[in-house]
Amino acid sequence: MSTRTTSGTGSSAADGDAGGDSGAYDARFRVWRGDVDGGGLKDFTVQVNDGEVVLDIIHRLQATQAPDLAVRWNCKAGKCGSCSAEINGRPRLLCMTRMSVFGRDEVITVTPLRAFPVVRDLVTDVGFNYTKAREVPAFVPPAELAPGEYRMMQEDVDRSQEFRKCIECFLCQDTCHVVRDHEENKTAFAGPRFLMRVAELDMHPLDAAAATGLDRKATAQEEHGLGYCNITKCCTEVCPEGIHITDNALIPLKERAVDRKYDPLVWLGNKIRRRPTT
Amino acid sequence: MSQVERQQWDVVVVGAGGAGLRAAIEAREQGARTAVICKSLFGKAHTVMAEGGIAASMGNVNSGDNWQVHFRDTLRGGKFLNQWRMAELHAREAPDRVWELETWGALFDRTRDGRISQRNFGGHEYPRLAHVGDRTGLELIRTLQQKIVALQQEDKREFGDYEARLKVFQECTVTRVLKDGDRVSGAFCYERESGRFFVIEAPSVVLATGGIGKSFKVTSNSWEYTGDGHALALLAGAPLLNMEFVQFHPTGMVWPPSVKGILVTESVRGDGGVLRNSEGKRFMFDYIPDVFKEKYAESEAEGDRWYDDPDRNRRPPELLPRDEVARAINSEVKAGRGSPHGGVFLDVSTRMPAEVIRRRLPSMYHQFKELADVDITAEAMEVGPTCHYVMGGIAVESDTAAARGVPGLFAAGEVAGGMHGSNRLGGNSLSDLLVFGRRAGLYAARYADALTTAPVVDNAQVDAAAAEALRPFSAEGPEAGTAPENPYTLHQELQQTMNDLVGIIRREGEMAQALEKLAELRQRARRAGVEGHRQFNPGWHLSLDLRNMLLVSECVARAALERTESRGGHTREDHPGMDRDWRRVNLLCALADPTGALALSDPARGQIDLTRVTTDPIRPDLLALFDKEELVKYLAEEELHE
Amino acid sequence: MATGTEPHLKKGTSPGGVRHHTRAAISAAHLRTDRWWLQPAATAAGLFAFVVYSTWRAFANADYYAAPYVSPFYSPCVAENCEPMKNGPNWEIFGSWWGLSPALLILIFPLGFRLTCYYYRKAYYRGFWASPPACAVAEPHAKYTGETRFPLILQNIHRYFFYAAVPVAGILTYDTVLSFRNEDYEWGHAGLGTLVFVVNISLIWAYTLSCHSCRHIVGGKLKHFSKHPVRYRMWRWVGWLNGRHMLLAWASLISVALADFYVYLIASGAFDDPRFF
Repeated sequence: MSTRTTSGTGSSAADGDAGGDSGAYDARFRVWRGDVDGGGLKDFTVQVNDGEVVLDIIHRLQATQAPDLAVRWNCKAGKCGSCSAEINGRPRLLCMTRMSVFGRDEVITVTPLRAFPVVRDLVTDVGFNYTKAREVPAFVPPAELAPGEYRMMQEDVDRSQEFRKCIECFLCQDTCHVVRDHEENKTAFAGPRFLMRVAELDMHPLDAAAATGLDRKATAQEEHGLGYCNITKCCTEVCPEGIHITDNALIPLKERAVDRKYDPLVWLGNKIRRRPTT
Repeated sequence: MSQVERQQWDVVVVGAGGAGLRAAIEAREQGARTAVICKSLFGKAHTVMAEGGIAASMGNVNSGDNWQVHFRDTLRGGKFLNQWRMAELHAREAPDRVWELETWGALFDRTRDGRISQRNFGGHEYPRLAHVGDRTGLELIRTLQQKIVALQQEDKREFGDYEARLKVFQECTVTRVLKDGDRVSGAFCYERESGRFFVIEAPSVVLATGGIGKSFKVTSNSWEYTGDGHALALLAGAPLLNMEFVQFHPTGMVWPPSVKGILVTESVRGDGGVLRNSEGKRFMFDYIPDVFKEKYAESEAEGDRWYDDPDRNRRPPELLPRDEVARAINSEVKAGRGSPHGGVFLDVSTRMPAEVIRRRLPSMYHQFKELADVDITAEAMEVGPTCHYVMGGIAVESDTAAARGVPGLFAAGEVAGGMHGSNRLGGNSLSDLLVFGRRAGLYAARYADALTTAPVVDNAQVDAAAAEALRPFSAEGPEAGTAPENPYTLHQELQQTMNDLVGIIRREGEMAQALEKLAELRQRARRAGVEGHRQFNPGWHLSLDLRNMLLVSECVARAALERTESRGGHTREDHPGMDRDWRRVNLLCALADPTGALALSDPARGQIDLTRVTTDPIRPDLLALFDKEELVKYLAEEELHE
Repeated sequence: MATGTEPHLKKGTSPGGVRHHTRAAISAAHLRTDRWWLQPAATAAGLFAFVVYSTWRAFANADYYAAPYVSPFYSPCVAENCEPMKNGPNWEIFGSWWGLSPALLILIFPLGFRLTCYYYRKAYYRGFWASPPACAVAEPHAKYTGETRFPLILQNIHRYFFYAAVPVAGILTYDTVLSFRNEDYEWGHAGLGTLVFVVNISLIWAYTLSCHSCRHIVGGKLKHFSKHPVRYRMWRWVGWLNGRHMLLAWASLISVALADFYVYLIASGAFDDPRFF
């Protein structure tokens, strides 16, 4: 490859040969390595270039020092939610954490998510989330509308659209103390991501669940463990998409559950209305 | 060796992006027991990266739109090389596929009267892209994922088991399609988590593995895009079509280096963003090719008026098809009018209020803010071309998505070739996934159902596949006892080679050089070795993916060397013009050794055989959609007289 | 990895949280390097200070009225042992048998409102109960049932306290109007105390209306905003306030204490209210 082309892809100057003179330095990393049988934090010293993110450094470790270092990643652009891990004890996306937020002499600790069973190194078994996803009854299409006949106003879909920005990185599930600190709650509690899914469907302007006898407001509490949430907002704090999980999904859902279960007038109304059918 | 676990399914879908999931949904709804195998977690597929929208001529924003106009745009974009029947089916069926998503819970952005909103995009005559902000791909994948879950919930009610008729094997990789004679008999897979091998016995295999971008250094593609499906098809005896056509998206990030290549959505231009060089000039006006002269604005004023009054003005040239824009940016940079980091400027900050930018382009705002410290509401972005999409792929029958020559093998999505001709229009990819994903699932299920005798999995093939997959653990250097090759190093060299020598502008000498380098890499890749054990070992996974990337890269280089013209995603500096005689020519790549073995062949000859085939003439009623004057520019003399 | 994975439960083999045997073996309860303890500590200190101050003032039963100002802690004053206030919020609902401070009768409502408020819940769960102390910092409790059972299930009655908080805020508004008088109950005057009252009542209203229950009742419960344009506008407005609920919670907490303290200073003669006109 002696002929260097300028045609490459658009640029020849400042090509990916990374930073060059501008600010390359050696950083100290501690990365958790191991599997379910045990493991610990291993020390590495590794080069960092201008503009890099933590995932770049993990990749450099793979290419130069630890070829079998396990890490999950896909898009490297904060869109797929694969590279969730904990950096200096905080749940974050590896690809969206820039090295420039750390001091150059700071030791950076990277561990797998600590709410889920570890598989190997930075990879955890996130099956809990897929189990919970299945427990939320799907969207119920309105029986009277054919495809193409759906009409929804933008202001009616705004709320659910916010929740659908979710990239399922499961950082909220990881940080939520209900399951992070209490393994035994995993059976009863769906976690913020899937309570938000219930809220999304309950706010969907055309969801016809009610017509099939499914009351999402009540099941949020009775089947998905909404009551376990004590709205301490860590899910909102870690959300890389900036979704207001607590204020816009969980609390409104709690209020909707109150409508169903703790409002005496509504309760009385339901009693009276149901009587003839029973 | 052969006590690998086996499971029986009717249809196995490889890949869980838009095409794979749509295929799985269709196959399952047809009654076939369907397995989906995907390399990543369920719901993480590369489809989530699609930003702009789904092209479908619903006519919600401009009622002049219909499938014929969409078909015409698609053919123009592909420079008439498209497999025209695919383009026709695609244009006809796309609206139904989008509307169907709504019945599964998708929430697109709305028009004022509550219908699905549609936005402008490069090469599309009318606003046509159904979208959700700039995260349409995420909406698509999530909707399909949730539809799969809905079907599993049905099965749970009926059979007591979520996975009775539809199962997703996530974080599993297929390394070989198995065959019984000519027919498909199943797939050989490994599970990333444990490193365990397993075999899925199935009469139908749908390949929906996406593209090949990870063979290039600057790419918008994720790690999964290692050309797995392309290679699996080749190894199973199916040919690849027109692999020289690789789309370089004109606008990828160029700075900082670690994010170089990450996509900047075309919606930025569709919504009003403009391209400027270092002199502040909107240079695209200088790059309107003759075939598009009548369709694009000649002045900035006219281009600007078009956003509000599209019926009486022509669109700005920033919205030319992607190949044109990418080449123009490349030329500007080469002429020394580039931005500081070797791109050009893409500016929305002077075109829209900050609040509108944040609402319409939220993830772009976020992406630049987080990764490059650039506030796109206040300053211009720096962008340059990035490897984005491969138009070439598995040669398929248009109606059934069946791979040619291998009964039981189907392909849909980016891995299938033909649909987009020499260049894909933005937005046509998501609709392609849905239209042909559904067709692949439908015909795969029908094929499996119609079989009277089930194909048998051959133990010898399973053993051979297992041995091939385990080779990296016992690899050695050229002499016994020396260190094996580092797969990461090989991968970087491959990416650099393809980027520099078979990139956006191609020259004969460089491609010949690339083929030599590929031959060298191929030999070294056989010695790629890994440390550690089989449990979630990325070095091992990469070693196995190298085989696929090298096969596909050779296809790209060979076909690119053969096609002595410039068309769409294939630009030859030594043959700059489009040649009408090449329009009817498709290049097919097939494996040189038809047994599917990959014994080290003669390096110069390589592993790929190339053949030219002449395409079917375009159906007259479809040709009649174009003006005679336009056809003259594309079609060869004898085609015009027919 | 298959999609189905049951929670890993092996009773008695390992602790239930981040040190559970299936999880990455890390002995530290957390690896945060920032000052994560600062926020809960500051929250706890702030709330504690208010509790001490308000307890003293509520039980004091003195120095809560200095014409034309009545302390918000004692308004409305609904016992016979209240100081008489001309046109003021006196109702002798509780007779002479009530010997304690009349503040106790009325403070229960704002107290309940704030105690069940979604923001304050977060604040004291974190600050006082360490459940959790901060994000990704392990909490010290062996068991956790959240708000699923008594007594915390009672948090669900927040909206009834909201209903009660609205008339209380109305009466404080009335008090603020009365503060536009002078010591001789003549209208058209104002002093520094008037300003304190105006600021306080504005913050009280902003906090009350920014409540999550209010947001729900105003419009959040609707499925189709497009069919209720007026409620939609109100919901957006309340939503804007709701985004500042924490700020308003603290601001109004401080302002109500300051308003009371101002009245105390004047009533006890420690300070003379500067008159503007």
